Amino acid sequence: MLNQLTISELTAKLAKREVSAREATQACLDQIARVDGKIHAFISYNAADALAQADAADKLIASGAKNSLLGVPIAIKDVLAVKNQPLNCASKILGNFTSTYDATAIEKLKAAGAIVFGRLNMDEFAMGSSTENSAFGLTRNPWDTTRIPGGSSGGSAAAVAADECIASLGTDTGGSIRQPAALCGCVGLKPTYGRISRYGLVAFASSLDQIGPFTKDVRDSAILLGAMSGVDPRDSTSVPEIVPNYSAALDGNIRGMKLGLPKEYMIGGLDAEVKAAVDAAVKQYEKLGAEIVEISLPHTDYAVATYYIIATAEASANLARFDGIRYGARVEGNDPVELYAKTRGAGFGAEVKRRIILGTYVLSSGYHDAYYLHAQKVRTLIRNDFLKAFEKVDAIVTPTTPTAAFKAGEKSGDPLQMYLSDIFTISCNLAGICGISIPCGFTKTPKLPIGLQLLGKPFGEESLLKIAHAYEQVTGWHKEKPAI
Amino acid sequence: MASAEIDVKYVAHLARLALTPEEEKQLGAQLGSILGYIEKLRELDVSGVEPTAHAVPMVNVTRADKVRESLATEDALRNAPRQANGLFIVPKIVE
Repeated sequence: MLNQLTISELTAKLAKREVSAREATQACLDQIARVDGKIHAFISYNAADALAQADAADKLIASGAKNSLLGVPIAIKDVLAVKNQPLNCASKILGNFTSTYDATAIEKLKAAGAIVFGRLNMDEFAMGSSTENSAFGLTRNPWDTTRIPGGSSGGSAAAVAADECIASLGTDTGGSIRQPAALCGCVGLKPTYGRISRYGLVAFASSLDQIGPFTKDVRDSAILLGAMSGVDPRDSTSVPEIVPNYSAALDGNIRGMKLGLPKEYMIGGLDAEVKAAVDAAVKQYEKLGAEIVEISLPHTDYAVATYYIIATAEASANLARFDGIRYGARVEGNDPVELYAKTRGAGFGAEVKRRIILGTYVLSSGYHDAYYLHAQKVRTLIRNDFLKAFEKVDAIVTPTTPTAAFKAGEKSGDPLQMYLSDIFTISCNLAGICGISIPCGFTKTPKLPIGLQLLGKPFGEESLLKIAHAYEQVTGWHKEKPAI
Repeated sequence: MASAEIDVKYVAHLARLALTPEEEKQLGAQLGSILGYIEKLRELDVSGVEPTAHAVPMVNVTRADKVRESLATEDALRNAPRQANGLFIVPKIVE
């Protein structure tokens, strides 16, 4: 079925005129009609618009155009601006908002010929680890619909795992790409901070947020990273590093490369099946000729606390813009302050309120130095741990999550337990490095995907993808499909 | 670090966020436990450590001071909850 293809498979078939972009798009739409009632990965999608884009792509293909993503249907997390499409961040507060412009990443995908369609469900404003914090209802894990798909990009992961699109985009502030990719069994890449422009991404925590792809294999991840990367004058934190040909690095040869195993990640609470799968992956890497080195990241235990100070502080400032004046929903008040407070009280969900209050508190007079400044200094220590480790190794290998997907409702009553489920992914954002999650096995009963996380040097995506790809070539985990 | 007690009402006012009494109570309890957990950062001696604001430190990124295209007025207003005559409508601010 065409909706099951990878980007590289589909573009090869399109180039040979074996299939049309319309057929591929229709296959995705048919799959959505068939399974999304159970999965609810999409908040909304415009089938007619997707097919019109497909027809335009078919015309270009017929005229000999060779754009790298021409005719490939890619679905988008509801936090990225796509011109004239709805943008809600899975929140009530944006009302009937439609974007007035394209995010830079979207502009680049469109320029490469992609069919950009659909609004994928997520935790409200990307705050959460289970996609249970959406104002538009839960997304279900395609492997077991009683379980969560992870979050915050749960819709993006579930849509790719359920073959409702060829690939999707998500965002990762503390693990929001890698964690759902692990729990749904797809490939999720968080590029280095500054690699992809954040222009048109609704900001949660500006110093941590990064856009990245969800794909069915590592090659597709390399293709989408290459298509979206590069400096952008509209995002002053995008970095003018050259954009290499990431696909060309995927040669399967990792002989002599050094992989670090952080001893701090072998914690209590790490599920036995997850540990066994990661241990087996490490053995596989040894067979491929990599050298395994034990390393230490001594400040690992402080990462979650540091993150929840910095991320909430930045969120409290970023979300100040949702005040009922210029866009979105409004609850009237007698004066502007009353209008702001009522609008925000009615528009934001519980987790967003919790983080705004925490973030406002840690920035408030008398507490700023004790919490925020202190956390920024610990962030330096965490970053230094990684930079020191990368003097000895090419990449770091860890589990992506301590357990496979948990049940819906299992952790939603206890915010701290939910936060601690991000323990392996959060440091990467604080350190500003890159990371990827790839499938590395399954639990027995029920059968749930397990993710292997690889962490790479700042702007070291070439090596990271090469290492991930080499593993994928000798295993078949990424090819397994859920029965839906 | 300060004690793990938050005056939720006061902080909610700073954040311009109307909360119900139930929300105040629940948030107070939850934030107490989160702040309790965050206290562990106190164990670390950070004297002499520079704070990290951005992981890829780039400073003084500027652009040419030139007129360029920006959002058209009708586009800027099209998502406004209330608007008229090319303006956002807001409650009276000055008596």
